[in-house]
Amino acid sequence: MTPAQSTSLPPLGARQSPASPAARILAQGRYETITMLRNGEQLVLAIVMPLLALFALKFTPVLDGLNGSRIDIAVPGVLALCTLSTAFTGQGISTGFDRRYGVLRFLSTTPLGRAGLISGKVIAVLSVLAVQTAVISVTGLLLGWTPSWTGTLLAVPLLVLGAAAFTSLGLLVAGTVRPEATLALTNLLWIVLGALGGIVVPPGRLPGLLGEVAPFLPSGALGDALRAALLHGAIDPLAAILLVLWTAVAGGLAVKWFKWN
Amino acid sequence: MMRVVAGLSMTAHAGEVTALLGVNGAGKTTTLECAQGLQRRTEGRIELLGEDPDLAGPSLRARVGVMLQDGGLPPSAHPLPLLRHIARMYQDPWPVDDLVQRLQIAEFARTNVRRLSGGQKQRLALAAALLGRPEVLFLDEPSAGMDPQSRQLVFRLIEDLRDSGMGIILTTHLMDDAERLADYVYIIDAGRVVAEGTVPQLLARQSAGSDDARTLTFEAAPGLSLGLPERLSLSEGRPGFYAIDGVRSPADLRSIAEAWEAAQLLPHSLAMSTPTLEEVFLDIAAESADRTLTEGGRK
Repeated sequence: MTPAQSTSLPPLGARQSPASPAARILAQGRYETITMLRNGEQLVLAIVMPLLALFALKFTPVLDGLNGSRIDIAVPGVLALCTLSTAFTGQGISTGFDRRYGVLRFLSTTPLGRAGLISGKVIAVLSVLAVQTAVISVTGLLLGWTPSWTGTLLAVPLLVLGAAAFTSLGLLVAGTVRPEATLALTNLLWIVLGALGGIVVPPGRLPGLLGEVAPFLPSGALGDALRAALLHGAIDPLAAILLVLWTAVAGGLAVKWFKWN
Repeated sequence: MMRVVAGLSMTAHAGEVTALLGVNGAGKTTTLECAQGLQRRTEGRIELLGEDPDLAGPSLRARVGVMLQDGGLPPSAHPLPLLRHIARMYQDPWPVDDLVQRLQIAEFARTNVRRLSGGQKQRLALAAALLGRPEVLFLDEPSAGMDPQSRQLVFRLIEDLRDSGMGIILTTHLMDDAERLADYVYIIDAGRVVAEGTVPQLLARQSAGSDDARTLTFEAAPGLSLGLPERLSLSEGRPGFYAIDGVRSPADLRSIAEAWEAAQLLPHSLAMSTPTLEEVFLDIAAESADRTLTEGGRK
């Protein structure tokens, strides 16, 4: 370090204005997206694990005997799994640690504010989800996936709705418990919901009570909604309503209980 | 709910450094966070640039810079992209390159925040707080964990900012910081202001209302008593270490020398000093503790 030299300061005292809300939120979204995509563990969870699941479902008989080819049933479920990875586990963990290190508090003192911070996170989740969707869809097409093309139009709002539900759940966990607990809980739930929550394996294929409960979980609802859309070009109204309800309840509780420090 | 701060009233002005001085847990950070809108107060009134910080929108937050005690910087971030990102929140930010140069951030620009030293983290946090060219700057324990060079660099910048008209409010438990930087000091204890004033005023308070009273300290045999005029008071700290408070003139020195002569005493060593803010602070903290005990006893 060299001794400080006093040089004239830039003009101070003029009244500062915040950048426009759109500019602030887009900047935050961009920054968070880059941060998420640069995080190695996050990439494993967001891209590598879903790809492994896709190959496993394509080359093992888990999905045999259902109404459709292995890959056609697998892709919607893996897309739902991507949503769970990014919106719930990834965003939950990063928000939990941001809270621990005071990042949320600091950013809420800048013009970004709390609303801008949350909006930025939503943009980041949707951006990463778009990358995941592109990777899984292209891989699926190479493996012989033949989606319902009207269904693909339905799938986009469903993925957004699923992202909203899981982001709300992720923020609910991250904002109420310690970051270490968030890390453990969101990773555990990723495995449990991913394997047994009706995401990649349709609830009808799950044994006993699990098969009865899974359709009502956010994981099962998103899996079912995406399969209905991409396999049959249809809307599963119960699944869609359940996703809206999960979003509303988790979002409401997150707003109420989220602790910023 | 626990009351951390009550009965605290203070004002900070543009172009001044206002310091909140107190021991850890005195309520400094709580006060600052209420003023920043980070914590909601249960009662009382706070105005920040004429607005209620609890209702602050982006336009008020754009005019205020905050450096938190824990930094609030993401550990995985790199300094430069982080500063560039925060600068995007403002319409006319302080040029990032200028802040980087001024706070000598270039030397660790490629290091993760988690690997930075205490002083580097504090310099980065200060740069982040200044990006909006704020009219009001809050600094919570700005010199915590700082090496002497960083401290020098940061303090010089704080002085320049003050001289350019910025209103700066800082908390510290270090008397040196307050003595060096503060134009006005609030001494806080148990969530209330126990003394306030400029540093010279607080120092004068210690020496019974006079700005130029000195303390003469000397070493001699223990258990001494001297025939001193009433205005000069002798106290023995450790055995054989004496202090005479209230020395204001050469005449006072002559009286002391006469008392020594009468006692046939030549001190082993002697020194003159003005009271430090630390002594004032300790004195005030002790008074405040006494008062709290007495009040507690009455209830």
